Amino acid sequence: MTELNSTDSNGAGSDGTALIRLSAARLAQKLAAGEVTSVEVTQAYLDRIAAVDGGPRGVHAFLHVNTEEALAVAAEVDAIRAAGGAAAAELHELAGVPIAVKDLIVTIGQPTTAGSKILEGWHSPYDATVVKRLRDAKMPILGKTNLDEFAMGSSTEHSAYGPTRNPWDLDRIPGGSGGGSAAAVAAFEAPLALGTDTGGSIRQPGAVTGTVGVKPTYGSVSRYGAIAMASSLDQIGPVSRTVLDSALLHQVIGGHDPYDSTSLPDPLEDLVAAARLGNVDGMKIGIIKELHGEGYQAGVENRFNESLELLKQAGAEIVEVSCPNFKYALGAYYLIMPSEASSNLAKFDGVRYGLRVLPKDAPLTIERVMGATRAAGFGDEVKRRIILGTYALSAGYYDAYYGSAQKVRTLIQRDFEAAFTQADVLISPTAPTTAFKLGEKLNDPLAMYLNDVATIPANMAGVPGLSLPGGLADEDGLPVGIQLLAPARQDARLYRVGAVLESLLEAKWGGPLLAQAPALATSVAGPVESLVEAQEAK
Amino acid sequence: MSVDATLSFEEAMEKYDPVLGFEVHVELNTKTKMFSSAPNVFGDEPNTNVNEVDLGMPGVLPVVNRTAIESSIKIGLALNCTIAETCRFARKNYFYPDTPKNFQTSQYDEPIAYDGYLDIELSDGTVFRVEIERAHMEEDAGKLTHMGGSAGRIQGADYSLVDYNRSGVPLVEIVTKPIQGAGSRAPELAKAYVAAVREIVKNLGVSDAKMERGNVRCDANVSLRPHGRERFGIRSETKNVNSLRAVEHAVRYEIQRHAAVLDSGEPVIQETRHWHEDTRSTTSGRAKSDADDYRYFPEPDLVPIVASREWVEELRATLPEPPADRRKRLQADWGYSDLEFRDVVNAGVMDEIEETIAAGAAATVARKWWMGEIVGRAKNADVDPGQLGVKPETIVELNKMVEAGKINNKMAAEVLDGVLAGEGTPAEIVEKRGLAVVSDDGPLLEAIDAALAAQPDVADKIRAGKLQAIGAIVGGVMKATRGQADAGRVKELILQRLGVEG
Repeated sequence: MTELNSTDSNGAGSDGTALIRLSAARLAQKLAAGEVTSVEVTQAYLDRIAAVDGGPRGVHAFLHVNTEEALAVAAEVDAIRAAGGAAAAELHELAGVPIAVKDLIVTIGQPTTAGSKILEGWHSPYDATVVKRLRDAKMPILGKTNLDEFAMGSSTEHSAYGPTRNPWDLDRIPGGSGGGSAAAVAAFEAPLALGTDTGGSIRQPGAVTGTVGVKPTYGSVSRYGAIAMASSLDQIGPVSRTVLDSALLHQVIGGHDPYDSTSLPDPLEDLVAAARLGNVDGMKIGIIKELHGEGYQAGVENRFNESLELLKQAGAEIVEVSCPNFKYALGAYYLIMPSEASSNLAKFDGVRYGLRVLPKDAPLTIERVMGATRAAGFGDEVKRRIILGTYALSAGYYDAYYGSAQKVRTLIQRDFEAAFTQADVLISPTAPTTAFKLGEKLNDPLAMYLNDVATIPANMAGVPGLSLPGGLADEDGLPVGIQLLAPARQDARLYRVGAVLESLLEAKWGGPLLAQAPALATSVAGPVESLVEAQEAK
Repeated sequence: MSVDATLSFEEAMEKYDPVLGFEVHVELNTKTKMFSSAPNVFGDEPNTNVNEVDLGMPGVLPVVNRTAIESSIKIGLALNCTIAETCRFARKNYFYPDTPKNFQTSQYDEPIAYDGYLDIELSDGTVFRVEIERAHMEEDAGKLTHMGGSAGRIQGADYSLVDYNRSGVPLVEIVTKPIQGAGSRAPELAKAYVAAVREIVKNLGVSDAKMERGNVRCDANVSLRPHGRERFGIRSETKNVNSLRAVEHAVRYEIQRHAAVLDSGEPVIQETRHWHEDTRSTTSGRAKSDADDYRYFPEPDLVPIVASREWVEELRATLPEPPADRRKRLQADWGYSDLEFRDVVNAGVMDEIEETIAAGAAATVARKWWMGEIVGRAKNADVDPGQLGVKPETIVELNKMVEAGKINNKMAAEVLDGVLAGEGTPAEIVEKRGLAVVSDDGPLLEAIDAALAAQPDVADKIRAGKLQAIGAIVGGVMKATRGQADAGRVKELILQRLGVEG
């Protein structure tokens, strides 16, 4: 078996601009070999953030840049390496490799806003479990990335702190809700990032930015410390430039957590080995009839068919499966997600933390303070979903809405079960279109929601999904995402197939897709201020 | 505050048939909270026994306390309930500052225990069966203290203080089916039912069961219907009635109030009522209708609880002796008559007597003290006897002094008052107050001679053999010695003096 390893995005020189284009796996090797220090790597990324993230035409992937702490962790790793001995030998494989964290995940020492005014300036007194694991692995945290407010959106335009731009075209959306993490990785502002995926918030941004994103099996990565949107759908996962990098990060953050009751007790599979030893020979890969064709952009369809052809050539058997209930997935999702969100977001009331707004006129009652706080603190999309969810859970409507949606969920799970008797892995385009223009769908929530049509079924069933770059659409030259889906707890299959497809595609392109991305203007001088802090200063 | 009209209890009973229902909240004494690892401790500095979960910080998740589940199953078993094989938690959504997440994690349509009963023995020995609808698990809310304004209510308060130490404390809520047919025994049954639940959870060791600390809290539902009518009347729910006596009084008061409302031709308003111990009456709280919409839905952050039959049987095997069996055993051990024992139970001092005996007192001595001295004092102080603060050791010490002849019973009672007033240990009080039985016969004989001289006709009667007349002389002597003489010795000496055989 050949070892698969995605090539780096550029020749690996020793200067910062080359360093930042290395994959995380390659960086880890160089760090271990002493060819580069973590401080050099971390500084190179901080410089890149300073160069491309700020300003009116900046990517704006970051809401907070964690310069001091990131460099301190990097220096600590370098010191341990330099000292050698047992401590150096015990360093995690990714020690010293920097990472960005979606600002929905709580961190001690940095603000966590969830992209909302209601949490402006709030600092968590505790670390999310995944953040603890990053700290245990001694990965410098570069900062917190932008997102749609409380992860509600598919474009990052619903962030209270302004949208993130797509590095492929600064006038286009980077996807959402995790547009910040995807754009940071695509713009070489970070080699790795954490995202959260409730209906596609890792995979769809991955698709439209030409990066890799994985939504693990529900319960395989702890949700403790991820600010909940919809508890039964949310899942933290890796964002990266290569399939192997996602596997490496997934391995760090995954595994049982006693602080999350829905966390699976099973030990994590060896995902890195699966990514390194990719093989599809004799595998059955199922095209989901309902998740391509009508409603999908022609360029997306073309790239999807191209990937199928490559997999066939590599020895996979392509079969077609039908999941007839997927057509109800979006509707059911837009009942379950807002229902849970309406309850999860009730805690933001101005009583204990975050924003507190006092009504201008008397009387000053608790109800009116809560009302004024929530009215001022939440954006329109969040309010829309809270109202939807409150309605769907109301007495007399519960059975018709939430109850029915749960039944649809069962049907979707059955569709997956049936499909997985016919195929080892399922495949579809990740999103029906390439990145749309900023503002294009902002006033049309339904059009925005439709962007998640292919990603939502995985969340509804709890199965894992991976999106990887499938090339550029002919008509607009923008990245297309290919989605792989596997049965629950079979995340390794995604890495196994994903690594093969990635290497076949890169061979075809003559290098990583991101190498074709336009260069970003690097005219911004000086470090990027934390936008949150800048807001506070106002 | 307007005073509600009431009918006399007797008149209310003539016209109406009461139907009761109880929701008893039991705080479990687990080491940690229902869904977090923060300590479950009463009385600490506010907001110290909290972590990010109890404060409802962004991103937190609940984890169920296994001991709380076990305690709940034990309570269910002790209440003769069926234990659900699987059950779930739900979210009860409402905005209130004592609930940090603005929803309470509770059980809704899937309680852990259901369909049980409890046999309640009334003061005359009648056994009344109370059907249990369900016992479900939930978390307690924080404690609000409303400052300024009126009546300690949130409405009109200047500001409110929140203590989240209680937030997330595990609760089991025990809900009865409608209790019918109690008639005029309803108030007594109410008290006896809550006492029985309290006794059970204390006996199981799953709760500290101190009502004064809110470990056991009772919401009492009362409705009336004319005799012979099947349909229930409209109920009121009197919240947080937190002593056994208050439960009895609150039910009695509500029966009288409802009767007056119904007599006036008005409908009873379905509402919560607040109990006021000072006026022994209730006042209107908020209107409550069954249409309150809490938007319940299954708690997605928790997986269902699976209680395997093996686990339930293991827990059943650990259950202590049921209180009714225990009572039978204690009565036999102590040698009390049925009447004596029932009086002890009704006075609510069985546990105290058991503790006193364990501390070294004889069964008769323990009963004499609790029933003869302490119950009366508790009544005067308007508290439950156990809340008066009498330690078993105090009784043992007092009794030893009496038996040794150091003090007499009358003095002992005085010393007890001193102990309760916080003046010190019995020995210290005897010392301080100069209490001691006069044992030197010299002063006694002087007093006797004086008493005989003062009442020569009585002395003659005694000499003539009318020994019952001796009481007047003894009384005189005791008066002269300010009660410090040993009455028995005084009697002996009088007879000696008069040359009469006793």
